[in-house]
Amino acid sequence: MITSDPLSPAPGARVRPVHDEFHGDLLEVSMGPHHPSTHGVFRMMVTLDGETVVRLKPVFGYLHRNHEKLGENTTYLGSMPYTDRLDYLCSMTNNWAYALAVEKLAGQAVPERAEYLRVILAELTRLLNHTCLAGFLLQDCGASGTPLMYAFREREKILDLFESLSGSRMMCNYQRFGGCRVDPPPAWLEAAGRLVDGYGAFLDEYEALLTGNEILMARTQGVGRLSADLAVSAGVTGPMLRAAGVAYDIRKVDAYGIYPRFDFRVPLGDHGDTYDRYMIRVLEMRESIKILQRALHEIPAGPIMDPKAKLRGFRPKPGEAYGRIEGPKGEIGFYLISDGGPNPCRYRVRAPSFVNLTILEDLCLGHTVADAVIILGSIDIVLGEVDR
Amino acid sequence: METPEQIRDRLLARFPGAGVAVVANPSPAAQHSLALDAAHAREIAAWLRDDAELRLDYCSNVTGVDRPDREVVETITTAVPDPAGGPARAAEQKIKRTQPGCLEVVYHLYSMARRHGPVIIRLRTGNRTDQVALPSLTPVWRSCEFQEREVFDLFGVVFEGHPDLRRILMWDGFTGHPMRKDYVEPDDYEWEPTPHDKILAKAKKHYPTEPAAPGGAAEGAQP
Repeated sequence: MITSDPLSPAPGARVRPVHDEFHGDLLEVSMGPHHPSTHGVFRMMVTLDGETVVRLKPVFGYLHRNHEKLGENTTYLGSMPYTDRLDYLCSMTNNWAYALAVEKLAGQAVPERAEYLRVILAELTRLLNHTCLAGFLLQDCGASGTPLMYAFREREKILDLFESLSGSRMMCNYQRFGGCRVDPPPAWLEAAGRLVDGYGAFLDEYEALLTGNEILMARTQGVGRLSADLAVSAGVTGPMLRAAGVAYDIRKVDAYGIYPRFDFRVPLGDHGDTYDRYMIRVLEMRESIKILQRALHEIPAGPIMDPKAKLRGFRPKPGEAYGRIEGPKGEIGFYLISDGGPNPCRYRVRAPSFVNLTILEDLCLGHTVADAVIILGSIDIVLGEVDR
Repeated sequence: METPEQIRDRLLARFPGAGVAVVANPSPAAQHSLALDAAHAREIAAWLRDDAELRLDYCSNVTGVDRPDREVVETITTAVPDPAGGPARAAEQKIKRTQPGCLEVVYHLYSMARRHGPVIIRLRTGNRTDQVALPSLTPVWRSCEFQEREVFDLFGVVFEGHPDLRRILMWDGFTGHPMRKDYVEPDDYEWEPTPHDKILAKAKKHYPTEPAAPGGAAEGAQP
């Protein structure tokens, strides 16, 4: 007997058996919003046939605070600390993306030293994000504790650097329109250099533990395959896109900042599965280390703020601009419309994890619930920026 | 990459009768955009994606912009002939006119194949109240799926042909569209534990009306 349409959305968090002669015994499960595997307050309405996912609808908005409206009611500078709260692991890259968009809007130049600092901090953020992701992914696979703690040990070292520079571990609020806020002393640059020089050894240790691990390979290889066509059409960016084999890195394509000066490679995946997404991040960290070593070696002395830059009473001329950078999770962009006033008329955040979630259902169909957890982990979401 | 003017000319040659106009962007970013009419938007979007020259296969950013009604003051200068036969006098007349607002949806397109961009297209609704439907571009670019849902949720643009148009960030029972400029948030009176002055007057509106006690005096009323 048919009790209800098994594929219709069901409100509320509950487990609902669905009986119907075509679908056998389908079970509807609400995973989340309070579930350790969902990396925040995120819910997946999963319809299961046995253990296989036949339908999955992501539900989010639990952390929604209408960030964009807040941005429209604050001055340009006043939004800078709010951008830290988007992707709270990567406040430095969020700051940079926002500063870049405003600089495009106002035609603001950035001094050389500040450009180097931006690259250094963005690449440190990439190390931090990818290290955490690898730890969390392994945690999702069931490797309880050890890999995550190894990752967090290294993450703390980077956060210590951020704290000594900006005063805050995670909410850095460091970039400004036309430069940066604080000039690091030479001792800071030396400390960063020591950390970067030692990071390769940590990655070797981490990889020795994980990359060839049979259980990790069994759990992740062939799981959640993403084809290149779907990835491009669905606007997937960042390591997820490159794991699907599409060579698109905004650092290379847009050549923003001073990235063209650095020699680095863009690693590409072959299969687009979860293992590739893990591997791409490890390889990207190794490229980041190369960029960092060169940037820390070459960083020139000089001002960190353009003397013509105006922070308070900043009113760009009417117009609009879209600025984007390659964040650790993908393309993070800001779209600003100015009407000549002190506040932006429209302030839009293009959040990478929000768009990357579009293909979650496509990746999970046909896999088991346990695999859905790993696939979600490999997409690398932060709900602060998904929900905004 | 071609300039927006070149793209417009090719579009007009390919789609005669379609409304395509270049919207200039005066900021130093100089990212000019193309305003398309809703009737041809999906055909044009598919053409932009498949055209060998442009190959805009990647729709990066979809967002709404609320353009509320504006009051525009127009100055009309008319020549009034001098009855005495002298030179005509210029008379200025100021007319206040309400320029109707609209909701705008902006798409930032890039090409991953040809590595160029952005090409920005904008679609506009008829007004902000009853003609808020626009064609969905999700069949062309899958990345519009969640972002168009967000525009529907926060701005109230109805996308025709969207496979799953529901609210995405606000809950299903919510009414209103918070990103509109004239959105008024619900009266939040609970933020101060001991209200006084203005806040007290505001809070009193939310106090329950006291039921009349049988004795005549209001129950619970303190002297």
